[in-house]
Amino acid sequence: MKDSLILSFETSCDETSVAVIKNGNQILSNIVATQIKSHQRFGGVVPEVASRHHIEQITGCIRDALNESGMSYPDFDGVAVTYGPGLVGSLLIGVNAAKTVAWAHNLPLIPVNHIAGHIYGANLVKQIEFPAMALVVSGGHTELVYMPKEDDFEIIGETRDDAAGEAYDKIGRVLGINYPAGKQVDQMAHLGKDVFHFPRAMDKEDNFDFSFSGLKSAFINTVHHADQINTSLDKNDLAASFQAAVVDVLSDKTVKALKEFPVKQLILGGGVAANLGLRDRLKKDLTDFPETELMLVPIHLCGDNAAMIGAAGAMLLRHHVFADASLNADPSLEFEYIS
Amino acid sequence: MKVLSLDTSNQPLSVAILDDNRLLATTTITTHKKHAEFLMPIIEDLMKKSKLKPQDLDRVVVAIGPGSYTGIRIATTVAKTLAMTLNIELVTVSSLLNLALNFKDSQLLINPIFDGRNENMFTGLYKFHNGQPENVIPDQHTDLSEWLNQLKATNEKIIILGEIDSFAQKMKEKLGQHIILADPLKSIPSASELGIYGLHQKPVKDVDSVVPRYLRLTKAEADWRKLHPKEDTSNYVEKL
Repeated sequence: MKDSLILSFETSCDETSVAVIKNGNQILSNIVATQIKSHQRFGGVVPEVASRHHIEQITGCIRDALNESGMSYPDFDGVAVTYGPGLVGSLLIGVNAAKTVAWAHNLPLIPVNHIAGHIYGANLVKQIEFPAMALVVSGGHTELVYMPKEDDFEIIGETRDDAAGEAYDKIGRVLGINYPAGKQVDQMAHLGKDVFHFPRAMDKEDNFDFSFSGLKSAFINTVHHADQINTSLDKNDLAASFQAAVVDVLSDKTVKALKEFPVKQLILGGGVAANLGLRDRLKKDLTDFPETELMLVPIHLCGDNAAMIGAAGAMLLRHHVFADASLNADPSLEFEYIS
Repeated sequence: MKVLSLDTSNQPLSVAILDDNRLLATTTITTHKKHAEFLMPIIEDLMKKSKLKPQDLDRVVVAIGPGSYTGIRIATTVAKTLAMTLNIELVTVSSLLNLALNFKDSQLLINPIFDGRNENMFTGLYKFHNGQPENVIPDQHTDLSEWLNQLKATNEKIIILGEIDSFAQKMKEKLGQHIILADPLKSIPSASELGIYGLHQKPVKDVDSVVPRYLRLTKAEADWRKLHPKEDTSNYVEKL
């Protein structure tokens, strides 16, 4: 079969990224310009600031991605772009840049759902086999996605309030950790013990949905109460207790999903997939599912990047999923929810 | 020289294709603000009707702001990406000047206005000499009363145009006969004028560093800079 070559764009939040992906699984280049340092000034992503950074970065990233890959426009089979979900002002930069490049070089435009990108990040390591299940956990998303085949994404469970990563950032603030707090909370959790036994919301309910807002409140109340009576709590224990609650719920629901939907692979993707506590827990839980292979997206590809969008784009190209020049950003784009 | 010019700074969207001073095709829409959806299909369509391929273009001229932040980002993203990807020239023009160009044959002072809401405006004052603009008062983000003080000092007749609905009456009250309201048709930016003006301007040297002319910091950024006046603002974004 002829090689496929995709130029891909990702600008859904605070990373401007352009990549060149061969055959849906080989990274020829993956340029990521991150704005974290800018938004750290404000304790979180400020959407208008994010949009302004994206437009500063976008053409430089395209140039670098092309140079590093050694490819030129006639080599490409398509231009893939994240068109949602995400921050609308951020998405619009990638969508407009991608449409422009596609039109200028007469290339097909491939619209990619950001969540599909996080899942297809796994394909950059090993080919995904179907049926598959994906747990996508990030600052904006917490979803269980069932995939009977490669172009079929069904949400079977999702968060009803905060995303898991959002909860990490919020309790991180209480612990004095700047956004994004996930990595440091994870490190502290490994030094502490679960002594506070925070609630595991919805853990026993007969569905695959999540809720993290109650956990966040329980955490904040515990810290405030201690402050009021002038006791100090061990921060590592707080982190460990919080993380234990998050990981318990994520893994319990995932295990429940695997029992109802037997799959060949379980994929863990999204920014929070870099969490070592979560990775270790799923490795342990998956020993009960010998037929199911655990596919951990490598840590350097868990954060937002265009390589994963190119991997998903290559699959969509095979299925002739194309958009025309009227493609718009869709900030609340979702897969179908199957209940 | 084949030129593509575009302005999506506010509610109107205007695109034109020119061959030197000759207009080949143009479209202007004022009824929608769906620039992200409409801009590329309109460019495609006008290029087809002009019997041109993207590779035939020599130059892109874009109205770079001020204006709606999203609006100026859409045109600027398309323009800088096109210039980069086709390796052609990029000319940026003030969106206020582009509006003023509708009166390039007038002897009077020209005052284009974009509504910044709550009595605020993006505005500037222009005068043309043989069709060449002079920016008499620089483009700025200001409020109505401050702007009226600046205009009063000129003591000349001024044509106001653009998004003037919330300002016209108060401007007339304060400056009386000096204020002349533009014909509504001339309050709509024209990509044809933009393209012809852009033919004779110098292209930017570094396409990658082109950003919209917001003329206003975000609130978060402004507050931060007040507290950290000496911080280096050039390294907030890092390549991994």
